[in-house]
Amino acid sequence: MQQHFTHRKLFTKAFAATTALAAGLIATSALAGETLDKIKARGVIKVGVGTTPGFFSPDSSGRWQGFFVDFGRAIAITVFNDAEKVEFTNSSPQQRLPALQSGEFDILLSGVTQTVSRAFKLGFHFGPVVFYDGQGLLVRKDLGVAKGEELDGATIGVQSGTTGELNIADFFRKTGKAFTPVTIEETGEFLKALDSGRVDALTQDATDLAAKRTQLSKPDDYVLLPERLSKEPLAPAIRAGDDQWLEIVNWTVYATIQAEEFGITKDNVDTFLKSEDPAIKRFLGVDPSLGEAIGLDPKFAYNIVKTVGNYGEIFERNVGKGTALNFERGYNQPWTSGGLLYSPPFR
Amino acid sequence: MTRFLQPGPSGPGPVLRLRTWIGPLPLQQSLLFVGVLLLFAVLGQNTADSMHRMGLTPGFAFLSHQANFEIGESVLSYSAGDSYARALAAGVANTVKVAVAGCLLATVLGVALGIARLSGNLLLASFVHGYVEFLRNTPLLLQLFLWSAIIHALPPPRGAYTFLGSVYLSNRGIYLPSLSIEGVPTIVWLSTVVLAVLAAVLLCRQLFAGSAFYLPKSAGVALAVLALCYLALTSLGFAASVEIPAKGGFNIRGGLSLTPEFAALLVGLVVNASASISEIVRSGIQSVKSGQWEAARALGLRPAQILRLVVLPQALRVIAPLMISSFLDLTKNSSLAVAIGYPDLVSVANTTANTTGQALEAIIIIGAVYLTISLSVSSVMNVYNRRVVLRGEGKR
Repeated sequence: MQQHFTHRKLFTKAFAATTALAAGLIATSALAGETLDKIKARGVIKVGVGTTPGFFSPDSSGRWQGFFVDFGRAIAITVFNDAEKVEFTNSSPQQRLPALQSGEFDILLSGVTQTVSRAFKLGFHFGPVVFYDGQGLLVRKDLGVAKGEELDGATIGVQSGTTGELNIADFFRKTGKAFTPVTIEETGEFLKALDSGRVDALTQDATDLAAKRTQLSKPDDYVLLPERLSKEPLAPAIRAGDDQWLEIVNWTVYATIQAEEFGITKDNVDTFLKSEDPAIKRFLGVDPSLGEAIGLDPKFAYNIVKTVGNYGEIFERNVGKGTALNFERGYNQPWTSGGLLYSPPFR
Repeated sequence: MTRFLQPGPSGPGPVLRLRTWIGPLPLQQSLLFVGVLLLFAVLGQNTADSMHRMGLTPGFAFLSHQANFEIGESVLSYSAGDSYARALAAGVANTVKVAVAGCLLATVLGVALGIARLSGNLLLASFVHGYVEFLRNTPLLLQLFLWSAIIHALPPPRGAYTFLGSVYLSNRGIYLPSLSIEGVPTIVWLSTVVLAVLAAVLLCRQLFAGSAFYLPKSAGVALAVLALCYLALTSLGFAASVEIPAKGGFNIRGGLSLTPEFAALLVGLVVNASASISEIVRSGIQSVKSGQWEAARALGLRPAQILRLVVLPQALRVIAPLMISSFLDLTKNSSLAVAIGYPDLVSVANTTANTTGQALEAIIIIGAVYLTISLSVSSVMNVYNRRVVLRGEGKR
């Protein structure tokens, strides 16, 4: 009888647990979908980043810094009016896409290349391109190689989960030359492969390679070839299915670009509050009608520029002249100065 | 037919049997069963919905599409532009290659270490003890990183370490002399030779069972078979030659080459598994009662004979089932390859998932392949196990 009783108790418990679990699953599947709702309920935006100094890396106090990190903070300002309500997590190129798909991140700001297959096959939406890049080759100087084609028969390190893995195969198929890839997932091992002489070259986005070169034990023994194997437009990536979240990302990026076009900077933004130009009045929220119409804080652009600065300031502070990376603006300047950055009008 | 309809002393009827099976609480049982079914239905539906929402089409149609990535090394011929199915097959072949080589080498090393652990030589026994404890108590991934770093620290090909002028160690790979037969793929002649030797060994077991000089006779037969194979091949016009690697240009060419990634993975897996195999062998040998040793010694057998004829056959009963799990562990551990850049199944499937977005399918494929490999290894080993057990118990 005693045994009977324990049986009954056990069954009742197990049954209750199962139903509770099933009910919970139904509940989550009903709620899932609106990324923005989840972000607001959570009170913080989850951002997937990588680890390349200049683009994204924690400083000595553990605070994330970098070009993409600043865009993450700008988005937090748009949503919460607080640059700190954002959480950055490092994710390898291999892990980041499934992590975004499964909802671990709200957005990837880890230098994801915008491609058609990622849009249709992986179900991602991309915000505006924040960095125009191209795939490069970092080779040992003593090989005496000047062009990618001369790497016939070479061993080349590629990082799994990147477009680089596909581009390099395309490049060698096109040129009819042969190469041996060494496909490595972990970023540290990827660098070590070149450092130890296991591979002759690494291939990756050129800017990323320029940054990685500084992390090698003897950076001067390596050279980044001027040739670019591909177009690599790096853009914020989000899961499909939440249009409003996409628009917030879009207009946050556009705000930094538009601010630079207007000449509005972190330091002089307050003087622009007195501007009589109606476009600037709308942009900075002096005239609140626009913000009200789009359902955002009318002063979101002002707050972004005031806190992180305009696109040019973000660029120069993290990767531009005077930083370790020392990049030229190149394509990454406003269309008015001959670059590719172009913001649709704020009206 | 009538057997089932007749209730009686022959056994419980089907209704009663069903009732016993369900247990004393039929209502709760059924509800729980429905609950579990519901849970799986909800999980399935949720997965399908989520995939649909993200614009993913579940299915395996992508397998026939072009895979536009390259694989570093492969037993099967593969190049960018072949199908995903072919890429995955190349990954499976790489996994099988490292698993088979790993199991063989780990067995040899593990058995030697297990016997050494029991040797009367205190220095040898305690060295093996330390070796085993070190390897069993550190994570395998860490060991793999260590081996990978050691191989990467070797000199480049131009300054490679050379042994006997035919073995080269460099950070681009390890080069060994190899036997090659013109016009015949290595895998074909190698498996032919292995099969021939196996057949010879089985034949010897029948012919010389129980006779003196069992080992020398068998070795003689095996050599004769090899010589016959060689003669047959040469008379058919195939030229066999030993290829010795040599330095040429930037690299070392010729011979059998192991890539640094394969070598690091193989050494790491073998060394790691040999530690647990040596413990299995030790426990197996120790499970044989000391009376057996003494009786064999009293019969005048030499130590090597005691081990081979008396102790090992009995120890194998303990060893065989445990070896199966060691082999399966090694096979599954080979999936850590992705961390050090060896293109095994997991590595290729990850890339596939990443470029096609079919992550769920890729995981299903990985799971199915490992399950198939594991089940076939364990069924083969179980046959062996049954043979070993059978001999001990006479008949079953």
